Amino acid sequence: MSSAVAQPRAAKSHTPWLDDELRLGRILLAPTVIYIIALVGFPFLLAIFYSVSDATVGSTSLHFVGLHNYKMIIEDPTFWRSLRNAIVFTVVSQVLVVVLGKILAMALYKDFPGKWIVRLLILLPWVAPISLSSIAWLWIFDPVYSIINVSARALHIIGPNTWPIWLGQPDLAMASVILVDVWRLLPLATVIILAGLSAIPQDIHDAAQVDGAGFWRHLFMINLPLVMPIMLVALLFGIVFTFTDLIVVYVLTRGGPFDTTQVIASYAFFTGVEGGDLASGAAISLFLFPVLVAVAIVFLTMAKRAEVT
Amino acid sequence: MARPRYGLKRWLLRGGHVLILAAFVTFLAFPFYWMVLTTFKETKDLINTHHNPFLFNLPPTLDNLRILFYDTQFGHWILNTIQVGVIVTVITLVLAVPAGYALARLTGRWSQRLAIGIFLTYLIPPTILFIPFSRIIGDLGLQNSLWSLVLVYPSFTVPFCTWLMMGFFKSIPRDIEEAAMIDGLSRLQAFVKVVVPVSTAGILTVVIFSLTLVMQEFVYALTFITTSSNYTVSVGVPTFLVRGDVYFWGSLMGACLIVSVPVAILYNVFVDRFVAGFTVGAVK
Amino acid sequence: MATVETRALTKSFEADNAVDGIDLLVKEGEFLVLLGPSGCGKTTLLRMLAGLETPTSGDVLIGNKVVTWLPPRARNIAMVFQSYALYPHLSVSKNIAFPLNAVGMHGHEVATKVDEAASMFGIKHLLHRKPRQLSGGERQRVALARAVVRNPVVFLLDEPLSNLDAKLRTSARDELQQFQRRLGTTTVYVTHDQVEAMGLGDRIAVLNKGRIHQLGTPLDIYNDPADTFVATFIGSPPMNLMEADHTLLGFRPEHFLPHDVFGADRDVTPFPFTVTRIEHLGADRLIYGTLEAPNPAVKVISRLPSTIPMPIETGTRYEFAVRTANLKHFDRETGVKRAGAGT
Repeated sequence: MSSAVAQPRAAKSHTPWLDDELRLGRILLAPTVIYIIALVGFPFLLAIFYSVSDATVGSTSLHFVGLHNYKMIIEDPTFWRSLRNAIVFTVVSQVLVVVLGKILAMALYKDFPGKWIVRLLILLPWVAPISLSSIAWLWIFDPVYSIINVSARALHIIGPNTWPIWLGQPDLAMASVILVDVWRLLPLATVIILAGLSAIPQDIHDAAQVDGAGFWRHLFMINLPLVMPIMLVALLFGIVFTFTDLIVVYVLTRGGPFDTTQVIASYAFFTGVEGGDLASGAAISLFLFPVLVAVAIVFLTMAKRAEVT
Repeated sequence: MARPRYGLKRWLLRGGHVLILAAFVTFLAFPFYWMVLTTFKETKDLINTHHNPFLFNLPPTLDNLRILFYDTQFGHWILNTIQVGVIVTVITLVLAVPAGYALARLTGRWSQRLAIGIFLTYLIPPTILFIPFSRIIGDLGLQNSLWSLVLVYPSFTVPFCTWLMMGFFKSIPRDIEEAAMIDGLSRLQAFVKVVVPVSTAGILTVVIFSLTLVMQEFVYALTFITTSSNYTVSVGVPTFLVRGDVYFWGSLMGACLIVSVPVAILYNVFVDRFVAGFTVGAVK
Repeated sequence: MATVETRALTKSFEADNAVDGIDLLVKEGEFLVLLGPSGCGKTTLLRMLAGLETPTSGDVLIGNKVVTWLPPRARNIAMVFQSYALYPHLSVSKNIAFPLNAVGMHGHEVATKVDEAASMFGIKHLLHRKPRQLSGGERQRVALARAVVRNPVVFLLDEPLSNLDAKLRTSARDELQQFQRRLGTTTVYVTHDQVEAMGLGDRIAVLNKGRIHQLGTPLDIYNDPADTFVATFIGSPPMNLMEADHTLLGFRPEHFLPHDVFGADRDVTPFPFTVTRIEHLGADRLIYGTLEAPNPAVKVISRLPSTIPMPIETGTRYEFAVRTANLKHFDRETGVKRAGAGT
């Protein structure tokens, strides 16, 4: 048993690699780092490279064209429309998600009979493949059979001869797309905020109650400030997921009518993949990047603050 | 006097609570209720505007599911999805579990920065990467092959799962590994024989997370796969059951239900740990 | 059994030396306690003996062999952690068998040894349980059984009693000492609790800020503290200190008694003082007060056993004194004991 133990080793010689923690750490980490460099870092650089070339799906040759693609994009009214739509889409849906998520999280905070099944139902939109659940919404928004219209008419909210075409009228189309995005991201925001609420020690609630804080005072002086960092986390993920998402738009409206719901992500897809113009598609998609950098900076600041405290 | 008013206030509060919950559940779960109804309705029933849409005016039918399973390759797509999901999950585990451990324990001062760096790559979305990938996949001769998905999908599962596992390993007391090292194991053996068995919950979370992401992924599959027999569920169903303007509503809804509900139940069990992955650093 | 030795052992974190050039020799079979306040470096020192930390400089020797660069598993030591660090996924018997399996022992031999260790600590009936099903005291016994099972040459114990409640702690202390005596294994024990240290240790090393202030038997350390840190860290309440003639004069509260108690004894130094507060502890009274002229007005404490029933009231001046032989002299600048003085 102690044969290995008794083996003398030269003093101060380096420890065997199995026990050199730094080296072992590097070995365990290397595959992941290499994979990420190869399949995230490299394609990302390639995207930048394509954006200054004339790459297309069909041809294998490409030439450097400088900022030509960017110049074309900047002169393209559809791009500006997509950018504006993407911002409206993201801001409106995320404001709704955070506010509604906070309310729902507070409603879920208390224990009540049947909480398990309520939580399961609430999680469904986040778990369902978005390409398929968007089709369910397509059916709900159907111009002829829309259950919303049928119900509204039965309840006399709209007249018998009004036919709102949810995905076909510019204003309604944007509202519909936003609705589906809220529907989809609300569960994630809710569970994240709920985790934040649960992390507040009960003592603090008790102290506030003893100090005589009512519901609103409690909400604005105790509850909201303490949950704020975690609401920010929910918001950051929401912004990233919404701003870069193209599936909802692709399935519901394909950017229409008249590009009123076209966002940067979907425009990049239609240009780069369906239109075959890889270079322009890459250039368009790179306009997502500044927003992601901003999100990353906020995230880093938060991580740093968490480290300090 | 004070007591009845207090009682009334309580009833109002409780009533408000129920109302709020009911409103949210209706909003979030209604589409799924609608899917169930649509799946089992005859098309004639669906498109008759004189019928009450909330009821079965004709007897429920399995025709839509029959179309799904016999007239499309739905079963095949599910198998494709599972196949890709399993391989991607294995790759994710092999990469993310050791990396998470290294970041939690072994890389010293650099670990925090490196961990954030890896996490930030999760923020680079498929929307930016699919264009270069479409070319890379072509150059590798993987277009229209499930292997293209196997190659690419870990690019979004690995960063997040590494982060998740790191948080999980940090929550395990160091004492346990140190005791194992004193009891005769090397650091690597202590990781394999003590830390990994203690981390089953974290590893299961990673498994479910990556299976779900693979099941939901749409953009890459749509871009890389062109033959129907190689589709995954999330692309095959909408591509095949939408013919121009003709939508096979019943079958579409059925497909969505079949893949969503089992995963939702699994998710419900692990959602807390999953959320912990999102919130590492924000909640102390 | 083996000696444990450190030579100029140093560990720096950032700029600070957590352990600052420690030379220490633990004799064969000795029970040595590392005692000090939190942050004094005692745990870091123990972890370097275990191989869990790498020293910045200096060497660790076990059984006269340099083991500085050997990983923990190659040192043939056992350690009991403050948290016990039981493997939560393994049963008690698998926990105890773990060190044996780790060195490739299997089958019948393992079963016998696990059985032996379990009966030594009276936990045979727990062998099939998981750690989470055990009480604190039971966990501690499992941890000890796991430590002894492989016949290590050294035991390292890191505050193993601090997670037990006060009642259990006394009996656990007793058992710990008995089994160490029986096995005769060299033991290094870390604690911040001076009662534990005094009760358990053959010798105590008092640490502060990474240095050993004094190494000696419990009695040495109590009766003859090497400096003011040891004098005030050991003893409860701590030693009274006052400045006099460019030295620091120290005397223990139990030596600071009413003048009458000394009777005809001539060799006493009088310290008149005014009482400010009295605490009744049952077996003794603690008398808090301030010294009067000609001494500086320093706050001092007297511990008066209940066998001296003399009535004492606050606000009153009393004639107290200390036997001159019980006065300790320390250097005013360095706090170090004056050679030859006062003993």
